[in-house]
Amino acid sequence: MTHALHVFERDVVFLRRIWKAVLLSAVVQPVMYLLGVGIGVGSLVDRGADSADLLGGVSYFAFYATALLATTPMFVGGQEALWPTLDGFMWSNSYRAMLATPISSRDVVIGQLFRYALRCVVTAAGVAVVLAIFDDTRSWGLGLAVLVGVLTGLAFAMPFAAWTATREGDSSFPAIIRFGIIPMFLFSGAFYPVSQLPDALEPVAWVTPLWHGVELCRGAVLGGLGGGMAALHVAVLLAYVVGGTAACMVTFERRLRT
Amino acid sequence: MVGAQDPVVARQLVKKFDDFVAVDQIDVHVAPGEAFGFLGPNGAGKTSTMRMIGCISPVSSGELRIFGLDPEADGRKIRARMGVVPQLDQLDNELTVMENLVIYGRYFDLSRRDARAKAAELLDFVQLTERADSKVEPLSGGQQRRVSIARSLINDPDLLLLDEPTTGLDPQARHVLWDRLYMLKERGATQIITTHFMDEAEQLCDRLVVMDAGKIVAEGSPQGLIAEHVRREVLEVRFGHGRNEEQVEKLDGIGGRIEALPDRLLIYADDGEAALSELHRREVVPESSLIRRSSLEDVFLKLTGRTLVE
Ligand SMILES: Nc1ncnc2c1ncn2[C@@H]1O[C@H](COP(=O)(O)OP(=O)(O)O)[C@@H](O)[C@H]1O
Ligand SMILES: [Mg+2]
Repeated sequence: MTHALHVFERDVVFLRRIWKAVLLSAVVQPVMYLLGVGIGVGSLVDRGADSADLLGGVSYFAFYATALLATTPMFVGGQEALWPTLDGFMWSNSYRAMLATPISSRDVVIGQLFRYALRCVVTAAGVAVVLAIFDDTRSWGLGLAVLVGVLTGLAFAMPFAAWTATREGDSSFPAIIRFGIIPMFLFSGAFYPVSQLPDALEPVAWVTPLWHGVELCRGAVLGGLGGGMAALHVAVLLAYVVGGTAACMVTFERRLRT
Repeated sequence: MVGAQDPVVARQLVKKFDDFVAVDQIDVHVAPGEAFGFLGPNGAGKTSTMRMIGCISPVSSGELRIFGLDPEADGRKIRARMGVVPQLDQLDNELTVMENLVIYGRYFDLSRRDARAKAAELLDFVQLTERADSKVEPLSGGQQRRVSIARSLINDPDLLLLDEPTTGLDPQARHVLWDRLYMLKERGATQIITTHFMDEAEQLCDRLVVMDAGKIVAEGSPQGLIAEHVRREVLEVRFGHGRNEEQVEKLDGIGGRIEALPDRLLIYADDGEAALSELHRREVVPESSLIRRSSLEDVFLKLTGRTLVE
């Protein structure tokens, strides 16, 4: 474990230099979405007679803004597990350099898990600070939602990292973003309840990690989520994190010890 | 004499990638304090061997003991006592030179304070103190390689692995590097060096093996190998392209062995001057001629029929 922490330390040293940029981009993007979608679209949606019913009794702004607590770490955690992670295998070869020391491939995996988590914490916290400004979303639950955001980010980052460890180049990465992340962003209940999806598509949303993250964040900030459902959402996210980590253990070892 | 705790003992060591045999049943023994070399052309299997010794590449078959330990069971323990300079620098481009060293020290469980002190000392040793806060990227190739060497020394290794330490460097940078490696050797560090430069092997190695196509084809000290396999001097003569081969029959009886390369003939002789006189006496007049001492390059040529650097 101390070895994994040493691996993580490398990222802390790096992040200490660039944390302002990370935080800024973490905040700027969600704020744009908030203004553009939350307020702009929200002013239309809230005029619908039964919209409040469909949204569970909250404003569209609150409904959408709370989802950003999960979607933003998804983008950040997912991206971090693609290019910057491949760099450790083939451009700077920093993982290979680690393997020449007492560090093992397992230590590298756990160190990267901490690294993704740190990015997600910075990002989710940035979003939470912005949401605390608005009456509709100001809540102590924002703290809990940051943790959920981290869990959601890791649910993407760990499986992605396992995939990255098998790649000899980055050619598949844009497709992962375009056909994996973006559709999930659009169809996992961030912009509207998944009950609005065609019936055939609804179960698809249920298996995506993002939907569980979004539901949890919304519940944490706005309430209205039962304990049983909350436990189920957490369990699904954890399953992605644990499964992804286990896969990383295999693919990192295979890649680094040939 | 092979000691139980010696840095490296390998018997019938094999590395396979699928069906391809990269390292083919080699026997190697490196004694404490020795500077040991693997000399061979590209693809000989030097890096594959180094990676097995470095405990990052599983042995396919045969036996390997590092400090008397099994790499499979005690890899972590072994790596803690080793310093590795890989063939391609694996420095962290996001970090400064100093941070590269300190973070690496942390991987070896040094405290932050000790790592910083050691890093400063090592940067001084490789003459890069004034670049401590620079990023790695703007440094020259030679400077980056020196950072790699400094980094590999952060844990005071008992065994230092250097994979082609000067490949890609200009002559001046090479000499700076050799000088530092020589100082390390004087301090008693055991070194294993791979190279495809015969002059580097002659300068740095007490003992070496010549490797070709995964096999060891000769073993000894640089001087011993030269004495064993070739005459003391070489007379190099050029008759113009395509006309070298046809001269060979006229040279019968001159020197020892004659090697015909496309661009020149190599005549091995104990006395190159006398061999050249004999050429002139027979009225065989080359376009140019040169007498030099025999080198490991000539040993390699004799053993494999090929030159080290294509
Ligand atoms: N990971 C690998 N997979 C398949 N073949 C490899 C791998 N690494 C090295 N080889 C092959 O093994 C042979 C020896 O390579 P290497 O040990 O790098 O030689 P050297 O360091 O002497 O140039 C080469 O033919 C190389 O192509
Ligand atoms: Mg090599």
